[in-house]
Amino acid sequence: MRNLWIGLTYLIFFLLIAAPLGKMTMSAFSQGFGGFWDALARPEALHALMMTGFVVIVVTVFNTLFGIMLALYLVRANWIHPRLKGLLNSIVDLPYAVSPVIGGLMIVLLLGPDSALGALFENMGIKIVYAFPGMAIATLFVTFPLMVREVMPVLQEIGSQQEEAASTLGAYGWTTFWKVTWPSIRWAVIYGVILTVARSLGEFGAVLVVSGNIMNKTQTATTLVYQDVENFNVTAAGGVALVLAAFSVGLLLLMEWTKRRKEVH
Amino acid sequence: MNSLLRHKGWTWGFRTTILLYFVVLIVLPILGVYYNSFSLGFGTFAESLSDPIAWKSVFLTLKLAIIATLFNVAAGTMIAWVLIRYKFPGKALLNSLVDLPFALPTAVGGLMILLLLGPGSLIGGMAEALGFEIVFHQPAIVIAMIFVTFPFVIRAVQPLLEELDPSEEEAAYTMGAKGSRVFWRVIFPSMAPGMIGGGMLAFSRALAEFGAVVLVAGNIPGRTLVSSVFIFGEVESDNPVGAAAVSIILLTLSFLILWLINMLQMRGRRS
Repeated sequence: MRNLWIGLTYLIFFLLIAAPLGKMTMSAFSQGFGGFWDALARPEALHALMMTGFVVIVVTVFNTLFGIMLALYLVRANWIHPRLKGLLNSIVDLPYAVSPVIGGLMIVLLLGPDSALGALFENMGIKIVYAFPGMAIATLFVTFPLMVREVMPVLQEIGSQQEEAASTLGAYGWTTFWKVTWPSIRWAVIYGVILTVARSLGEFGAVLVVSGNIMNKTQTATTLVYQDVENFNVTAAGGVALVLAAFSVGLLLLMEWTKRRKEVH
Repeated sequence: MNSLLRHKGWTWGFRTTILLYFVVLIVLPILGVYYNSFSLGFGTFAESLSDPIAWKSVFLTLKLAIIATLFNVAAGTMIAWVLIRYKFPGKALLNSLVDLPFALPTAVGGLMILLLLGPGSLIGGMAEALGFEIVFHQPAIVIAMIFVTFPFVIRAVQPLLEELDPSEEEAAYTMGAKGSRVFWRVIFPSMAPGMIGGGMLAFSRALAEFGAVVLVAGNIPGRTLVSSVFIFGEVESDNPVGAAAVSIILLTLSFLILWLINMLQMRGRRS
């Protein structure tokens, strides 16, 4: 029995993960290394990778700052009514339940050219939907819970005694945060950053709806893969997808390493 | 400087900014979808849904997501069991590979399945010769859903198996219970919460999946057009109200599942 189960496990992993990954690598190199290189050196591919990089940077910075602060408030703040805190706490998870396409649709409905807010911004000369701000907002929406959910349990675990002691001894808010709170939540924050980078790197549905997928303008790496497949240019799609997959595997390894560091203390 | 920073106004301004950011980013868009789908009255909402393409896409999504979830509950429980209970070469590697579908962009996942099973590939060609159609048909959608939701059940069952006290099992054996009886009476009940919780998460993710599915589904209305792809199509053809109507069906379902999971977790913690 034992060997049967182990064999079956190996079979599922091979069929579901190893074989598709191997096949994609082969397909990316089906025209040799030159074909892979050509797929990446296309101006639209370089631009798409750059757009993905910008989205990742902006989203990670915003999510980290606001995520840590919100986690602090949801755990520590005594100026929020407990009932309201409970409500806010359950709202944090809502983006998990929202399909990325619907997340994108929400941004289009709220800020699109036909909406009141969108028209207002348009008059001011700021384009949100079908431009970079919309893509960043959509990705922010989708990745919002990751940081909050990493930091909150650690804050709950360490308790507020040390922080209170520091304030009693006369430390100001920032000093307490940097000297007492930060060292204990550091690894959780790093883990949250890795998760956010991985998720925003791979975000597809929300960005596709919001960006309009305009080549050399709002196209990201994932939406370029989609377009290449639609154009039956499978080798090029495989090349870009392989770069994305390599990043994801790297982030996964980093996650494993961080997870161990997080558990050490 | 410090006295300036400690001024009450700063503190309140800062707090308001954080909470306002949170509400504007998360709550406002969700309310916006509900508002928009009812903005032209309930009649328009019902009309958007009575379109056979719309409601067929919802039922198709439900059907395929249920199949994918059932597969993942069975396979995921088995894999969790193997990864916790047995020692064999390559175990650590498999354990890290579990999370790969979460880490990979979903569009990349879809492309991988398309390349492996698509026309011109070895498996695709074989299936075609046997009269099966995989890619651009329902099986491919189920495979894509299984791929993206693969880690949920495994990661939910693993900690439960780790926590299971071996003395409980030993006690059952000592009292003369047979292997299968011990499994169903002792081990299975302790895994069940993980199977249900992980299964529900997988189901709600499968309902919402877009990236992997859009690449491998043929997107033929009524047969291979799932809701998320339908919504995308409606947005592309400039009919956001129709898109919003189907969206709130999916959203309400997902919120219900999320709420159920929370309830289950709370009950689990209390007992």
